[in-house]
Amino acid sequence: MLSKLRTRLRSAGKKLLLSRNSNQRKHVRSAHFTYFPSERPNTIGETQKLNMYQAINHALTLALENDPRSVIFGEDVAFGGVFRCTMDLKKRFGANRVFNTPLCEQGIAGFGIGLANVGISAIAEIQFADYIFPAFDQLVNEAAKVRYRSGGTFDCGKLTVRAPCGAVGHGGLYHSQSPEAYFAHTPGLKIVVPRGAMHAKGLLLSCIDEPDPCIIFEPKILYRTAVDEVPLAHYKIEIGKAEVVRKGNTVTLVGWGTQVHVLLEVADLVQEKLNVSCEVIDLISILPWDAELVCKSARKTGRVIIAHEAPMTNGFGAEIAATVQAECFLYLEAPVQRVTGWDCPFPHIFEQFYLPDKWRCFAAVRDILKY
Amino acid sequence: MIPSCIRNVAAQSSRRNMASFFFSKKSNYATEASFETKPYRLHKLNHGPSTQVTVTRDDAIELFKKLHTIRRIETAAGNLYKEKIIRGFCHLYSGQEACAVGMKAAMRPQDAVITAYRAHGWTYLMGIEPFGVFAELTGRQGGNAKGKGGSMHMYAKNFYGGNGIVGAQVPLGVGIAFAQKYINNGGVCLALYGDGAANQGQVFEVYNMAKLWDVPCIFVCENNGYGMGTSVERAAASTDYYTRGDYVPGIWIDGMDVLAVREATKFAIEHCTSGKGPIIMETMTYRYSGHSMSDPGTSYRTREEVQEVRQTRDPLTSFKERILNANLVTADEIKTIEGEIRKSVDDAVKAAKNDKEIPLSELTADIYTTCLENEIRNTTPFNPLSHARLGPAVNA
Repeated sequence: MLSKLRTRLRSAGKKLLLSRNSNQRKHVRSAHFTYFPSERPNTIGETQKLNMYQAINHALTLALENDPRSVIFGEDVAFGGVFRCTMDLKKRFGANRVFNTPLCEQGIAGFGIGLANVGISAIAEIQFADYIFPAFDQLVNEAAKVRYRSGGTFDCGKLTVRAPCGAVGHGGLYHSQSPEAYFAHTPGLKIVVPRGAMHAKGLLLSCIDEPDPCIIFEPKILYRTAVDEVPLAHYKIEIGKAEVVRKGNTVTLVGWGTQVHVLLEVADLVQEKLNVSCEVIDLISILPWDAELVCKSARKTGRVIIAHEAPMTNGFGAEIAATVQAECFLYLEAPVQRVTGWDCPFPHIFEQFYLPDKWRCFAAVRDILKY
Repeated sequence: MIPSCIRNVAAQSSRRNMASFFFSKKSNYATEASFETKPYRLHKLNHGPSTQVTVTRDDAIELFKKLHTIRRIETAAGNLYKEKIIRGFCHLYSGQEACAVGMKAAMRPQDAVITAYRAHGWTYLMGIEPFGVFAELTGRQGGNAKGKGGSMHMYAKNFYGGNGIVGAQVPLGVGIAFAQKYINNGGVCLALYGDGAANQGQVFEVYNMAKLWDVPCIFVCENNGYGMGTSVERAAASTDYYTRGDYVPGIWIDGMDVLAVREATKFAIEHCTSGKGPIIMETMTYRYSGHSMSDPGTSYRTREEVQEVRQTRDPLTSFKERILNANLVTADEIKTIEGEIRKSVDDAVKAAKNDKEIPLSELTADIYTTCLENEIRNTTPFNPLSHARLGPAVNA
């Protein structure tokens, strides 16, 4: 059965290549994953079917309602933003609280840090995570270190930076990157990545309340595709805690953002084709990350695969792999594996070959089982 | 809603044709004509370019062909995008053609240019046939970056791209210009950016460096009135972009007048090469499309505003009228030229659609000159993809 599958896997790529050259090629936008909605949370109260941008809009509305000392700013946010997350907020809360900035990311971050130092909740949007690098210095050298270097006199906890990240099907070099690992190297910051609407709202509200500067990377492909039953009330999802999305006992699959949905599909595929159960973990929080939960699962299954869209070398998977082998060495049945984007710039036309899609993840599960 | 600067420009948009024709004996058309440009505005300059500009019949036809070709390319690109044959990000130049065409007409072979993401027109002007542009847009092997860059990343000799990050190309332009000074080839570099990018901090950093070291860089702020969805007044404390270099001299130019842009660029090149260092040109222009294909371009400005510009300031129509009125060309000639361009652009689109995509091996090609391990890491360090180097770069 395995060998059959192997040939099928091998020819899948070939077929894809051939089909791209044929004249009948259709120009259909298809995502590389299937969305798995989050289960209805146990919290009591009304819920509503919302996609991720609507859920974020809800969260921002609540934040502005609850705290009169909170503002939202970024490029074109007054019009609703390119991904519609800030729709109608200016109309409702006024141009003093929801306003456009010039196109200057370093300025946006620095300005937000200043606001936060004074105690205003500054919710900044960087239009694409790929544009965050001019703000890198401000976030790494200013925001992250304010409390430490002022001996606790000032902090930057009121700063929340939202940035759309990840593959979107056609984003090319500068609209697709996942820069979480760059920031994960910075003590003082907190970084989260939601996997859908329900998580986006809860995490964003947590970030806004969190007394440390937070960056929330929102996988942009999920803005419209991720539809969950989202509670209407204010709720938070704890930063620093991962979640077991699917229980299993033979292989642990770790991912975050869009990749969680890829891994859930892989778990189904593995169950069906190899009759093996996988445990899928959504890391949710990159910094700090839930080593305890991941290691607990690793000890149970003995096999860990980490998948992320960013390139492999020094990707956040490396940190997880290192920790798992240090903490769970004697429990492991096979070396920890990483399935990631290649160590190359995010390609424009080769996106589908770059992504750690379900076939590559499936192959990794097959290999780790054979080790 | 209409930014006041645009309104001002529209108000003074009547153009005077100076009747200084020289009729050739053989035919009925003029061989040369002069026109009066709108007044330039100057910053820290004692005198500016001449407002009296002359164009020969041959030059006029050449300029018209280029303006028209870029318009056709952009229209075709917009259609290809709607057909979903172009994917990803795509920013159209329609409305701004006179800026690029005017500058290119003044550039000498040793001069370089670098621009942002509205790069299709420049790519064509810098020597890439429309096929190369379309093949790049559609991700095919005949693309001038082999289909690997797409809309925002096109290159040619002396054309350093096509850059995707707002404002990031401006410091590069100063570096390019410094290199030209260093190797002493007499060239200048035109570093283009929009009114939105003009607010990026790095632009101010290199104003300083360029003036400090008298680098032959022409900063060109193409002011189309809107940085994405935000009008200039809402984004900039001073919308006089030609003065924003403080100690760097500047000129304001009607960017819808190809001859004014050409004249001012000649002046700017002269300024730079005479050792006076950098200069800023602000070309006042307008874009008809949205910022990118995902922006309908109507939520932050009225349709009437766009229509008004199309009717009163269009760089193509106004230039066509001028050269027709000056008898430099006949209506029949214009018609023939337009027909030829339409056909050649349509053919290029067809050819690009039928071109092949590059092989998958190029996914990991050209990341390094020589990869230390000859391979690019794959899912595990022991399962690599081979790295390839396909050829020397233009600057090698």
